[in-house]
Amino acid sequence: MWTFWHKLGSPKWSYAICGRLQPIFWIAALLLLPIGSFWSLAISPPDYQMGDSYRIIYVHVPAAILAQSVFVAMALASAVFLIWKIKVADMAASVMAPFGAAMTLLGLFSGSLWGVPTWGTWWTWDARLTSMLIQLFLYIGVIALRGAFGGSDQGAKAVAVLTLVGVVNIPIIKYSVVWWNTLHQPATFNLTERPAMPASMWMPLLLMVLGFYCFFIALTLFRLRNELIRRESRARWVQELAG
Amino acid sequence: MNRVRLASAESPARDAGLWNGFLAQFRRELAIARRRGSDLLNPLMFLALVVMLFPLGISPRPDLLADIAPGLLWVAALLAMLLSLDTLFRSDFADGSLEQMSLSPRPLPLLCLAKITAHWLLTGVPLALCVPLLGVMLSLPATGYLVLMLSLALGTATLSLIGAIGAALTVGLPRGGVLLSLLVLPLYIPVLIFGAGAVQAAIEGGIAGPALALSGALAAIALAAAPFAVAAALRISLNG
Amino acid sequence: MAFDSLAAFLTMGGYAKYVWPAWGLAVLIIAGFTLWARFERRQLLQRLKRRQRRETRTS
Repeated sequence: MWTFWHKLGSPKWSYAICGRLQPIFWIAALLLLPIGSFWSLAISPPDYQMGDSYRIIYVHVPAAILAQSVFVAMALASAVFLIWKIKVADMAASVMAPFGAAMTLLGLFSGSLWGVPTWGTWWTWDARLTSMLIQLFLYIGVIALRGAFGGSDQGAKAVAVLTLVGVVNIPIIKYSVVWWNTLHQPATFNLTERPAMPASMWMPLLLMVLGFYCFFIALTLFRLRNELIRRESRARWVQELAG
Repeated sequence: MNRVRLASAESPARDAGLWNGFLAQFRRELAIARRRGSDLLNPLMFLALVVMLFPLGISPRPDLLADIAPGLLWVAALLAMLLSLDTLFRSDFADGSLEQMSLSPRPLPLLCLAKITAHWLLTGVPLALCVPLLGVMLSLPATGYLVLMLSLALGTATLSLIGAIGAALTVGLPRGGVLLSLLVLPLYIPVLIFGAGAVQAAIEGGIAGPALALSGALAAIALAAAPFAVAAALRISLNG
Repeated sequence: MAFDSLAAFLTMGGYAKYVWPAWGLAVLIIAGFTLWARFERRQLLQRLKRRQRRETRTS
């Protein structure tokens, strides 16, 4: 166990292990995403209530799940960085943030598009949309703080603390927004507590979620390698890499 | 400024107790605030000005104003707290007192808690005390005043605690002001929701208790966790 | 198959202007991040090579 941690602390070893793991996730994503997309767009039956507009669910739900998972992953990486002072963990956290923000944006965009046929409006202060908007600002805050410190070691630690504070707050924010929402407008149409989906509908959704996860992991590994090259550009193993 | 006694400058032999450390730091904050008298009024002026903008910007109709008054007063108070955060650590960071604090034998979270308590007492409590006056101007229904003051007194404590984390993270940055609000505002949302919710419930004839209890829960969580986060953030800002 | 023809698939039962932009942004994000990451890597390696060449020349 301890040797594993120490090895993970070594940039060279991390670079190698990322390179070895990478193809698995790229291939998985490359299989899952097209199959899932085709299945969910063309094969699965239309919803009896919402018709074909429900096909937005196949990007909306994965995006929403990823938006939360990426933040949790960032928080775990930040904790590892603060406790064990493993710089690779901070690099991983820094690489994940833009993708998490993009997923949150996708969740908001698709949710708002979906709102038009279902609620008849682009935006409602629905609990889920609202808390996702707040989450987008959390991501932007994390990215902006790192930018303000200009990539210094001090900035890395500050960002790690902010990420941990944020992850503690996310459930509290979610709960408070739900509380507020039930106070102000009783939910007219609930998107998740629907009568059980038939397998022909949730199977492609599962594929899409898994595909998004695999893509996220593959992208993170790839960009982690970039970040390793950037920060360790003076190390001998990087020099050999370019030579 | 030099005559203000630093908490860490006291002889540790005389009193090493935690409570004494807290008190010494707290007294120092109050003394500094007394000497900079006019700074204390700024958040109150800001609150009054912001509240004044709304009848001018929207409509002076009493029924409309009464509708939006709870949320409006809460948002304005929240922004006033936010503006006062930037100065929380800045001058201590500039003149090296913060460095002294971090080197003192007393735990840094405790000293941070003393600073935050002073900030709340000098910013949050005056806001809570003055807000009924503005409530009258917005024709807030009579049932709302007590709950408004209570929820603000409780809520601003949480705002001070959470805001201090953001202030500590950005204190080393030359222009931290806008960034600070970007970091802190999303974290303020639960406080706003429960605080304004309590007032709303009181006005509508409901029970404000649950929302106030939830505000209290938030304050308790923040009180338990925030000083440690602030101390960690300050050490990062000081030592890199 | 849920659709009879390609045209029916593209109109999405009348919801084309909601379904396709949502999917479009998803594709854009995934493709964009992939291309960006690859571009980043190529640029980093190029910069590294350039610096190596410069340093071997001066030494």
